[in-house]
Amino acid sequence: MKQFAALVRKDNRPVRYLVVDDSVFARKNLIKMIELFGGEVAGEAGDGLTAIAEFNRVNPDIVLMDITMPQMEGIEAVERIVRQHASARIVMVSSVGYQENILAALQKGAKHFVQKPVKPEVLYEILRYVLSDDPNATGAPVALAGEQRS
Amino acid sequence: MRMELIQPFINAADAVFAESLQAPTKIVDLEMEEDAYRRKGVAALIVIKGDIEGRVILDLSPEVAIKVASQLAGSEVEASDLVVRETVCEMANMVIGNSVTLLNDRGFHFKVFPPEIHMDDQGLAGSADTEALVICIETPCGNIYLNIAIHYLHRRRQERSAVPTLD
Repeated sequence: MKQFAALVRKDNRPVRYLVVDDSVFARKNLIKMIELFGGEVAGEAGDGLTAIAEFNRVNPDIVLMDITMPQMEGIEAVERIVRQHASARIVMVSSVGYQENILAALQKGAKHFVQKPVKPEVLYEILRYVLSDDPNATGAPVALAGEQRS
Repeated sequence: MRMELIQPFINAADAVFAESLQAPTKIVDLEMEEDAYRRKGVAALIVIKGDIEGRVILDLSPEVAIKVASQLAGSEVEASDLVVRETVCEMANMVIGNSVTLLNDRGFHFKVFPPEIHMDDQGLAGSADTEALVICIETPCGNIYLNIAIHYLHRRRQERSAVPTLD
């Protein structure tokens, strides 16, 4: 399996993720990738409402958010989270990747979009990009521990 | 059924399985089915409404579902109804989501409903009046079936496109 250099915060602590998807299976898959990237799972949620509560509870560095979910869909959850936390970094992860969906998510404050099935190398690059505005990194790109090996 | 509507499903299924299972896949059989649908294993049924209407069924045996789940997890997964259900559901979501993306980019608008899972003996009644295309996809984990019964609603599309005239 491909190995990745750990994505860490400027203070050298692991990046903390909130994983939001109604499929336990999809969450497990994302968590596996997060571990591969040296990250830490701060919380999980299976719908938009729980995601908002979990965000307030764990204050993650990054949220990986599905779109189609029961109770409250991902795009509405993004809007509510960003309204309260303007600096929230949310990456949408969905199998439905048409333009209207992507635009709606970005307009509500999501930072990026990745289509399922998620390729680890694609998610890694997106996370690197999104984390490059880490306030803890004082303007520098996200600090990487070690070299990337393949 | 129009091939331009079917092709995105075939392309999406091929891409999703090849990427998820990290191995090439092959379409080994493709046939029209006019009889009531008979499930081969655990099936996820997804209903589509809008410019295109109908339903798509992703169908695989529990044994294949466990193999797929193990492949996705990167290690052996213990067999259970929950794992089987989750696997079939997630695979169906990915195939349909990718198909919808392709069709939407071509200007078709429709709504996709969450998958209904059928795994008990009684589940999934056949729809005798529906002509369906059944595709058998060979993967390293075993065969996966895609049953597609959709049609294009020209009238619905015309209604949506109609712009009221202003005096």
